[in-house]
Amino acid sequence: MENMIVSSSPHIRDRDRTSHIMRDVCIALVPALIASVIYFGGRAVYITALCMIFSVGAEFLWQKLTGRPVTISDGTAAVTGMLLAFNLPVSAPWWICLIGSVVAIIIAKQFFGGVGHNFMNPALVGRAFLLASWPVIMTKWSAPFTTGFIIPADTVSSATPLAIMKGSLEGTLPGIFDMFIGNIGGCIGEVSSLALLLGGVYLVIRKVISVRIPLTYILTVAVLTFIFPSVGLSGFDSMMYNILSGGLFLGAIFMATDYVTSPITARGQLIMGLGCGILTFVIRRFGAYPEGVSYSILLMNVATPLIDRFTQPKAFGTVKEKKGGAQ
Amino acid sequence: MAKLTFSGGIHPLGKKSATKDKPLVTIEAPELLYFPLSQHIGAPLKPLVSVGDKVLKMQKIADTDAFMSAPLHSSVSGKVKDIGMYLNHTNSKVPTIVIENDGEYQDAEPIHTKSIDDLSPDEMRKIIREAGIVGMGGAGFPTHVKLSPPEDKQITHLIINGAECEPYLTSDRRVMLEMPDDVIGGIRCLMRLLNLSKCYVGIEDNAPEAISILQEKTKNTGIDICVLKKKYPQGSEKQIINAITGKEVPIGKLPMDVGCVVINIGTVAEIYRALAQGIPLHRRIVTVSGDAVRNPSNLYVPLGTPFNALVDACGGTKEETHKIIMGGPMMGIAGISLDIPVVKGTSGLLLFSEKYAHNEAEINCIRCGRCVSVCPMKLVPTTLDMYSRKGDTETLIKNNIMNCMECGSCTYVCPSKRYLVQSIRVGKQKINALRAKEAKN
Ligand code: SF4
Ligand code: SF4
Repeated sequence: MENMIVSSSPHIRDRDRTSHIMRDVCIALVPALIASVIYFGGRAVYITALCMIFSVGAEFLWQKLTGRPVTISDGTAAVTGMLLAFNLPVSAPWWICLIGSVVAIIIAKQFFGGVGHNFMNPALVGRAFLLASWPVIMTKWSAPFTTGFIIPADTVSSATPLAIMKGSLEGTLPGIFDMFIGNIGGCIGEVSSLALLLGGVYLVIRKVISVRIPLTYILTVAVLTFIFPSVGLSGFDSMMYNILSGGLFLGAIFMATDYVTSPITARGQLIMGLGCGILTFVIRRFGAYPEGVSYSILLMNVATPLIDRFTQPKAFGTVKEKKGGAQ
Repeated sequence: MAKLTFSGGIHPLGKKSATKDKPLVTIEAPELLYFPLSQHIGAPLKPLVSVGDKVLKMQKIADTDAFMSAPLHSSVSGKVKDIGMYLNHTNSKVPTIVIENDGEYQDAEPIHTKSIDDLSPDEMRKIIREAGIVGMGGAGFPTHVKLSPPEDKQITHLIINGAECEPYLTSDRRVMLEMPDDVIGGIRCLMRLLNLSKCYVGIEDNAPEAISILQEKTKNTGIDICVLKKKYPQGSEKQIINAITGKEVPIGKLPMDVGCVVINIGTVAEIYRALAQGIPLHRRIVTVSGDAVRNPSNLYVPLGTPFNALVDACGGTKEETHKIIMGGPMMGIAGISLDIPVVKGTSGLLLFSEKYAHNEAEINCIRCGRCVSVCPMKLVPTTLDMYSRKGDTETLIKNNIMNCMECGSCTYVCPSKRYLVQSIRVGKQKINALRAKEAKN
């Protein structure tokens, strides 16, 4: 009887675990990946695989070199790689994937102490870095059905709907239905709102995310762009083009909901969605960039600790005339 | 009727099917019985017998003058073999009376002989104390203390707790099914004691047989059977009060501060036996379960019986035991030995094989927010965990750490397998130690 295991309660645990959650996120991203293969060809898979390998590899090497426990099995690096790829144009060269992964994993995540301690979404930091350093490569959108398999074909570049709306690029706006299913130019994972929505529904059903952030985010953008339409567009068209393009669904469903960098409380998540929505609208309408989703989310990431502090739940049994605090 | 509940909480696998339909089995007292003088919260007792004395079954063997305590009675007749240091349910060696069972079960005089209807409220309180009755749900708070609110506190709600929310445990359910008349008799006494015309009995919806038996028997009695949603920790005092009355017990206050008294269903049955028949608390129901037990059962056990005898009564083990849990798996204590005896608060004994015995290694918090959404006390466990590990007691107090009831829901759901309540406990202990030190200076 001597070898009894003595540990402090509770003695049972839920079976769900972080790696399962990350696996669910990857599964939820598959429809969008399939959509991008349809539009951009096998190269979409190649870029995604590269980013995942580089991200996981960067985490592994960094942890080995610094003598820390290797945590790649938690699946967070794989998700980061996948999300980074989804934010790249399909014509991106391999070294863009490498640099983006290294920045995302090592600078944005490991420098701050690894999973859970980073305060900005690693994939978005990677993307923002790449966009600032290689703007031409990063905005070379391929039109659907024009790319090669592994070697980028000399792609027919295409202007994104938002750039056209903003008047910074020439072109005709695609139809709303084409935008919904993803038959437009854009990053690998952002084009098909339909596929992203499918993934989002899966995540909500699996209770990985709640609808709070995505719904408030998309609704806020919808309402604002409806009330204040872009020049020359009806309120409805302006709303539809705005919510169906520029990676709003990808950002709202998969990036703004990143656990680590979004508020932990229900009320905080509503504020996150609202804030992202307002910022996206402001950047798109008044800023220099046509898109704005990434920067809005990054800004709200920075505000998250503050939001958490102010939305802390009221402890059970808190009395109105607070006297003397807890005992 | 709509099912009542509280906000937050978790849905662990019930695991009750192994024992929920098994009738009580009364087990024979073994040769040696151990009665630790610290059985529950409250002052430790002083022995009233000496080594070599002859004792009778149900004879009082230890007591104290302290109000916050309750006396102890022998569950067998026999001889006091030793008074020494033996293991109790907290895994520490404490002063313990060891009685050698003579197998004759000679009863002592009942603790009172008055007719139950002639007892005044004060007499009832005295008898309840004299019978050694404490909360049988696990915490073991002396029952007469709950029933003696200070003058300025009016009790308006009597709540009987039949919400056995811990997985595996089925002892309360068996009480309701097999001793419904004792339960109802006890409730009637308590209503009279507290001068109330109404009483609420909270039962989780996973015990429909118990609900219908009690509903049947309590028609037009002022006893209201409240069906609660099955959810952990529904049986926690503050949560059951909230579910039934909508009231929130303020931080740092007791149920009686909002006019409520919550009594466990098993305790009510004991109260009835003490008041109606003069029988003191000397045995209890223990659910013996877990994957290592051959024949999981609900046993009716004389207090002082070592766990070994319980396991034997269940046909022994079918797999090597790696973990012993006293109580339920959510809040129970892991025991170091099967020599530990059953005390008044032992609601369950679980034996786990290797498969269930280990807790996994934790990884970093991914801030998924699950711990926050399940915390029934509306705390932010991950933040408490962080500051607890840092030892920042000031911030911990600001974040209401002392409001944590250690239900373990946060640790249960954490996908990163973080030891949240465990680290919160350390933080609370630190604060208590600091406060004790301040109080001394
Ligand atoms: S449940 Fe675990 S991982 Fe999730 S926020 Fe709480 S501590 Fe962090
Ligand atoms: S913090 Fe305390 S009260 Fe809240 S879930 Fe964890 S153990 Fe329960």
